[in-house]
Amino acid sequence: MMEVCGSTNVSLREFGCEQTLLSRPDGSASFVQGDTSVIAAVYGPAEVKVSKEIYDRATLEVLIQPKVGLPSVRERSQEQCVRETCEASLLLTLHPRSSLTLVLQLIHDDGSRLACFLNAACMALMDAGLPMSCLFCGVTCAINADSEIITDPTAAQEKESRALMTFAIDSKEQRVMMSYTKGSFSVHELQQCIAVSQKASENIFQFYRDSVRRRYSKNL
Amino acid sequence: MFSGLREKVGQVLVPGDEFSLEVQETLSLTEPLKPEKVLLGPGLKRRGDRKLLVVKSGVLRHKQPHVFWVENHQRRYVPAKGETVIGIITVKSGDVFKLDFGGSEQASLSYLAFEGATKRNRPNVQVGDLVFAQFIVANQHMEPELVCVDSAGRANGLGVFGAGGLLFSVSLGLVRRLLRPRSDVLSDLQKLFPCELVVGMNGRLWVKASSVQQTLIICNLLQSCETMTTAQRQQLFRRAAQGAL
Repeated sequence: MMEVCGSTNVSLREFGCEQTLLSRPDGSASFVQGDTSVIAAVYGPAEVKVSKEIYDRATLEVLIQPKVGLPSVRERSQEQCVRETCEASLLLTLHPRSSLTLVLQLIHDDGSRLACFLNAACMALMDAGLPMSCLFCGVTCAINADSEIITDPTAAQEKESRALMTFAIDSKEQRVMMSYTKGSFSVHELQQCIAVSQKASENIFQFYRDSVRRRYSKNL
Repeated sequence: MFSGLREKVGQVLVPGDEFSLEVQETLSLTEPLKPEKVLLGPGLKRRGDRKLLVVKSGVLRHKQPHVFWVENHQRRYVPAKGETVIGIITVKSGDVFKLDFGGSEQASLSYLAFEGATKRNRPNVQVGDLVFAQFIVANQHMEPELVCVDSAGRANGLGVFGAGGLLFSVSLGLVRRLLRPRSDVLSDLQKLFPCELVVGMNGRLWVKASSVQQTLIICNLLQSCETMTTAQRQQLFRRAAQGAL
């Protein structure tokens, strides 16, 4: 892992989470990062349509619902990012010929929404009790005009930034599972952002663990 | 050999936690070396030769001598051989019934798999009936198959439900708590009033008491058990016994 430069600050906004808040789905979670808020719901392993059936693993479908209006091209591309990250961490071969559906509803967008989608998705999948080989989290980094790296930027900070990057990081070896970048940056800056995100992911994984512990505290 | 795992018993684990099953480095020469076998239940998977991976979040449980599993609050049922479930008949076609048991596909139930059923003497089962049945085939690659008889051909409590009663769903964690030997929830419930209770491993419960009101009270009590601590539950049950509800 790369060392984090002293000048960059690994500060995340306050985040919070609630699991099993919906009664109908098999697993649900809401994740709040600052003012960005997402609700995730997981259905499955359930019956699959014949056209979508895969003979040796489960079919994962991710649906992102924006706050208003219908999902557009941007939601579609983010759906793909979330789906591929989830597919990498879930052990889908344990439930062949079944379907998993993950619905992500954006409640409020104040920057870092893809990171928030990823975090909500991970908590919901954990709540549904689906077999996973590791956890994952999303971290967004913005590089502003003064070449400073801001982790977990707000919508205003995102707008002023020169480059915007979102990474999905796994909990086992803190490796990058998915990256989504926008804008121009140097190779060194990319590596620096990855290092900062890896550092930030430790906090998020600790938070995951604490919130799961709190949830099971009545059964210890 | 399992010291790392044993230390974590009763603690909360999350997916991705790993344990190594390393053999002891110093071997005793005086005592005979016994091979130790570990039995892994739900939530634990073996990775390679010496690694153990946690795949579900929950509390690690242990049973003597070497049985380990992760207890979690899942809602969706995944069938396992030998488990008993409450299913609803959805299709009646030829010599098999299709049953919805809340899993990823429907299970099949042969009409000959009832007590006393023969080719001439068909059981009286209609679409929409509730059936308490046991899995004899349940794996991820095959269609699950249910029966309503034991190996001796006796019903042994399995079969079609009679009229009346109420079916509702709870989490799988609560069902396992109810089915545990000397279950604390069940012993509290027994003190209230007499009732019939059928517990399906798929999270479905069927209750029948002497009146509709009592049936509904039991249903509500059981559903609220999920999110309560022992003290809270006992207080609520006491209030119900006094007729406060």
